[in-house]
Amino acid sequence: MSLPCRVSLLPLAALTLLAACGRETRDFSNKMMDSPHRGAKFAGNAWRISNGARLFVWMNCAGCHSHGGGGMGPPLMDAKWRYGSSMSHVAYTILNGRPGGMPAFRGKITEDQAWELAAYVRSMSARTRRDALSGRADEPANVEPLPLEKRRRARAVTPEQDAAQKESSKIEGTGP
Amino acid sequence: MRRGAVLLVMALGGCSALYGPQSSAMGQGMESAHIGNLFDLFLWVTVPIYLGVMVFLALAMRRRQAMVQGAARPEQEAGWRLGLVLFAVTSALILFGLSVATWFTDRAIARAGAGPALSVEVIGHQWWWEVRYHDPVAGRELRTANELVIPAGATVKVSLSSPDVIHSLWIPNLAGKQDLIPGRTSDVVLKVPKPGEFRAQCAEFCGLQHAQMALPVSVRAPGGFAKWYNAGLATPPVPGGGPEFAGYSLFTGRQCASCHNIAGTPASGQVAPDLTHFGSRTTIASGALPNTAASLERWIADPQRVKPGTQMPQVPLSPEERAAVVAYLESLK
Amino acid sequence: MSERTYLRDGPDLTGAALHDKLARTCGDRPGFWGWAASVDHKSIGRRYLVTAFVFLALGGVLALAMRLQLSGPQKALIGPDRYNQIFTMHGTTMMFLFAVPVMDAVAIYLLPLMLGTRNLAFPRLNAFSWWMYVAGGSMLWIAFVLNAGPDAGWFSYVPLAGPEFSPGKRVDFWAQMVTFTEVAALAVAVSITATILKARAPGMTLARMPVFAWSMLVVSLMVIFSMPSIALTSAMLMADRMVGTQFFNPYEYGDALLWQHLFWFFGHPEVYIIFLPATGFVSEIVQAFTGRQVFGHTAVVLSLVATGLLAFGLWVHHMFATGLPRMGYAFYTAASMAVAVPSGIQIFCWIATIWTGRPRYRLPMLWVVGFIVTFVAGGLTGVMLASVPLDLQVHDTYFVVAHFHYVLIGGAVFPLLGAVVYWFPKFTGRMMDERWGKLAFWIALPAFHLTFFPMHYLGIMGMPRRVYTYPAGMGWDTLNLISSIGAFLFAGGVMVFVGNALWSLKRGEAAPADPWTAHGLEWTTSSPPAPYNFAHIPVVTSATPLWDPERPVTRGLRVEDREVLLTTVFEARPDLREPSPMPTLWPMIAALATTVLFVCSIFTPWAIVIGSVPVGVALIAWFWPKDRGPEGEPVVD
Repeated sequence: MSLPCRVSLLPLAALTLLAACGRETRDFSNKMMDSPHRGAKFAGNAWRISNGARLFVWMNCAGCHSHGGGGMGPPLMDAKWRYGSSMSHVAYTILNGRPGGMPAFRGKITEDQAWELAAYVRSMSARTRRDALSGRADEPANVEPLPLEKRRRARAVTPEQDAAQKESSKIEGTGP
Repeated sequence: MRRGAVLLVMALGGCSALYGPQSSAMGQGMESAHIGNLFDLFLWVTVPIYLGVMVFLALAMRRRQAMVQGAARPEQEAGWRLGLVLFAVTSALILFGLSVATWFTDRAIARAGAGPALSVEVIGHQWWWEVRYHDPVAGRELRTANELVIPAGATVKVSLSSPDVIHSLWIPNLAGKQDLIPGRTSDVVLKVPKPGEFRAQCAEFCGLQHAQMALPVSVRAPGGFAKWYNAGLATPPVPGGGPEFAGYSLFTGRQCASCHNIAGTPASGQVAPDLTHFGSRTTIASGALPNTAASLERWIADPQRVKPGTQMPQVPLSPEERAAVVAYLESLK
Repeated sequence: MSERTYLRDGPDLTGAALHDKLARTCGDRPGFWGWAASVDHKSIGRRYLVTAFVFLALGGVLALAMRLQLSGPQKALIGPDRYNQIFTMHGTTMMFLFAVPVMDAVAIYLLPLMLGTRNLAFPRLNAFSWWMYVAGGSMLWIAFVLNAGPDAGWFSYVPLAGPEFSPGKRVDFWAQMVTFTEVAALAVAVSITATILKARAPGMTLARMPVFAWSMLVVSLMVIFSMPSIALTSAMLMADRMVGTQFFNPYEYGDALLWQHLFWFFGHPEVYIIFLPATGFVSEIVQAFTGRQVFGHTAVVLSLVATGLLAFGLWVHHMFATGLPRMGYAFYTAASMAVAVPSGIQIFCWIATIWTGRPRYRLPMLWVVGFIVTFVAGGLTGVMLASVPLDLQVHDTYFVVAHFHYVLIGGAVFPLLGAVVYWFPKFTGRMMDERWGKLAFWIALPAFHLTFFPMHYLGIMGMPRRVYTYPAGMGWDTLNLISSIGAFLFAGGVMVFVGNALWSLKRGEAAPADPWTAHGLEWTTSSPPAPYNFAHIPVVTSATPLWDPERPVTRGLRVEDREVLLTTVFEARPDLREPSPMPTLWPMIAALATTVLFVCSIFTPWAIVIGSVPVGVALIAWFWPKDRGPEGEPVVD
C-alpha cells in the first residue's frame, strides 16, 4: 500500500542523490593512486576539501595568500592561474614550489595532504561541484575563540566603557 | 554504605570492571567519592521503591473481586483515594529529600574543591588531548599531550576548552565529567588522596574517533610528581649516534616536524601532540595503542588502520627509516 | 439559487438503505488513485501505522548491526564512519520516523471512532501530513543508502554538525528530514486538537471523554508548542551550513550551546509526546480488562496535563555537563524529579484499578503488566539522572542508553504492542492469535531486560556511548556480549509479534464489533468500521457508554454530502454542521511540490524561490472554495 508510493518517490530522489557517492566517500585506506584518478577522487569529495581547509590553516597558507584574497602571494579566489588550475597542477605547485616565492612543501606534508590542499584551493574559486563545498567560508582556527571577558580585555575596555561604546554607537546609528 | 552497594551490584552482575581503572564505582577522588555516596543513597531509596511497586502490582493481580461491572463499592473508593493522596505526598517528599541530598553533595564538592590549587589546562582536539601546566614561576610551564599527571593529596583545578568541537573529559574514578565547549571555558577540580593509574575517556561524541580518545591519568606521590614535572621541563638531548640519531634526522627533516613539537629540536609544529617526552608515556595516539616499539612502528606505518579518520597522515618511510624513528621517539624519556 | 432538499439520516432513512447511501458518500474510489486521494482518517491512520512499523523494522536492523559490532572488543565488522551513520540513523529513525508517527497513527484512526464522529477535523491536512512524513523518511533513508546519511548523532550537536566538521550534505539531510516530519506532526496536532475540542459526540463532555483522547489533546498541544523550536533550530543549522550564517559559530559571536538549548527545549517534550499516548493506551486497556472505569479518573487526567506542562521546564537536564551555573541546575533537578510524581500517580491509579476490578489477563493486559515492570525501573533511573552529581558520572554513558530504552521501549513500545493487539480486531475485523501473541510477549520481555539491564553496569563501569568499538581488557566484554544476545532475541520476539499480525490479517478469527466487552464508542462500530463510522451520531451520557443500558443517537446529518457534527467545547452541546471534504489529490500534489522544494533547497537556496510556485499553485487549488449549499444549520433532533 505504502510500497508503490515509496517506489514512485525513489527515482526522483535517487536521481538527485546518486551523485552523493563521490561527494560523501571517506576513504581511510591510504591506497596510493596515480595522479589522474587521485585528482578526480579528491576534487569533488567533501571530506577531502574539508581536510584541505584544515591544512590551509595548519600550514599557514593564509600567511601569503590570506583566505584566498592574496597578499604576498597571488589570490586563489580569482580566475587567474599562473601555473595551471587543474588538480595535478595545483598539487605540483604545492609539492614542488614555483618561481616567484611559492615554497616547496614536499617533505613537509605528504602527497595526499597536498592533494587535499589542492582540492580546497580549487574550491575557493568555485571550480568544484557546489554540493561538496561548505556554505560558510570558515577555516577552523588553531586559536581558540575568546570568551566575552577576554574579548573586552583584548579591546582594552572595562564593562562600563563597553556599554558606553555600545550606547554611543547606537546614537550615531552605527550600532545594532 | 559504599561497600554494600558495590557488593549488591557484584552479586547481581559479577562485574570485575567495577574495580577497574575506568570505573565510577571506585570513588578514588574527592568528587567521585561524594558522588558514590550519593549514588548509594539513591540506590537504597529507589530499589525498595521499585520492589514495593512490584509487590503492589503482584498483590493487585492476585485479587479477584466480585463486583458490579463499571462501578466500585463506595467505601472502597474513599480508602483508595486516601491511599492515592498518601502515595502522591510520600513520593513528593522522597523526591524532595533526594533533591536536598543532591544539593548537599554539590555543596560538599564545591567546598572541598575550593582553595589554592595546581592549575592545569586541558584542551581537547579531534582526537587527542593537549595538556598545559601553569606555574607562577616564569619558564616553568609544561606542555604535554595525551597524559595527565597530578600529585596525590593536592587540589588540581583543570580548566577545559576546545578549539574545534565539543568534547568531554571524564575520569570516572576521580570525578564527574565536564564538557569542553568551543567558545567557553569550564573546569573540574581533582583531589585524589592516594596515588594510582586511571583511564579517562572523551564522553561527548566528537566525530570519527570519539571511541579512541582516551587519556591516561596518573596520580603520583608529591615527590614522584615533582620528579616527573622537572624531567618534563628538561630538554631532551640530541642523540649522539646510532639509530636514534638517524631517527632524529628523519623526524626533523621529514613531514613529522611540520606538525609535531619536540623541545630542543627544530621540530616545533603546533598542531599535533607534543612529543618531547614521548618515551615515558604509557599509550600512543591517546590510548589507541600501548606505548611499545612494536605498536609505535604499527602506528607510524599506517595510522589509518589503527585510528581510521585520524589526521596523522601515512608518512612515506622505508621499514629501516621507520625503525630509526621509533628508536628515537622511544628514547625521549 | 434554488432550494435543495437534502437527504438526511433520520427515522425514515435507516438500516441497510442508510448504510448504502452513506457508504457511497463516505467511501473511497477503488484503485490506486482512489487510495491516493482518500481523506478518510481510517485510510490515513492505516498508512501511518504501516509506514511507522516499516521504519521500526529499519531502525531495529540498525540496532542489531550495532550490537553485532559491539558484541566483542575491537571488532572490525563496521568501521567508524559507517557506525556513526548507523547510530545516528537508528536514533533519528526511532525518534522522528517511528515513535511520534506511530502514536499519531493510532490517534488518527481511533479518535473519530472514540469521540463519535465521522472524520477528523481538516482531513486533507491529515492526508498531506502522511505524504510529507513518507517523503521525509524516504529522503533520509535513500541518503543513508547512498553513504550520505547523517553521522553526527540524532541530536546533531554543533559545532560537530556545523559546516567545518561535517562536510558534505549528510547533516543537511538530517535537518531537512526534521522539517518534513515537523510539518507532518504539526499538521496532525492541529487536526487532533480541533477534533477533540469541537467534534465530540453530543453529550461527551470533557469529563466523559476517554483518557486516550485526553492524552492526545495534551500531546497535540505539546507538539504545537515544542515543534516550532526544532523547526527553527534545524533551519538555523541549515542556514549556517549553506548560506554562511554564524548562529552556532563561537568564532563569530555565535554560541555552540544555543543549539543545545533550542534542541532540548523540543527534545524533552518530545519524549513525553511519545510517552503520554502510551499512558492513554494503558488506561484504555486497563479499563477494558478490569471491567471498571480507571480509578482516579480525575487524577489520571490531571497527571497527563501536569506532565505535559512540567515537561517544558526540564530541558536543561540534558546539559548538566556543559558548565552552566550550578544554582540554575538545581531548579532543573527539582523539576526533573517533580515530573515523576504525576507518572507515579498514574501507575498507582492503574494498579488500584486492577486491584478493585475483575482483571482478565488477555494479551493486551500482559503487555500492560510488562510496561509497568519495565517503565517503573526506567523512571527510577530517570530520578537518578535528575540529580546533577550523579548525572555527571553517568551522562553520555551506557547507563543513559539503558535508561531511555527502558522508558521508551518499556514505556511506549510495550503499551503500543498491547494497543495493537487490543484494537487489531477493530482495525481489521480479525483477532490476533492469542497463543502466538503470548509467545512473542514471553520472548520479548525477558530478552528486553537481557539486552538493556547490563547497560546500567556498563555505564557505571566507564563505557561511554556512541563508540564504535572498545578496547579489550576493560572488563566490558561479557556484558556487551550478553546485551547483544538479548538484542537478537528481542528482535526475534518482535518478529513473532509482527508475523502473528500479518498471519492474523488473513487467517485470524473473525471479530465481532466488541470482542473485549469494552466500554468506548469505537466498539459500537463494526469491525472494521464502515467508511462512515457511525450510521447515526451517538449521544453520550456517561464516560463508559457501552456499559450504559441505553444508547441514544442523533439524527439529521446529511447523507449524500459528507458532514460532521460539531459540538461546543466543554458541554458538547450540538453546535454546527460542518461540511467534510470529498476525496482529492491536491494534498498529495501539494506534498510532492513541497518535497521538491525542501529536497532541492538542500542543494541551492534558489529552490525556495522557484519551488514556491508549484507549492502555491497546489495550495490555491486545494483551498479553492467549493459551493456546498447552505451550511451551519443547527441540528434538529
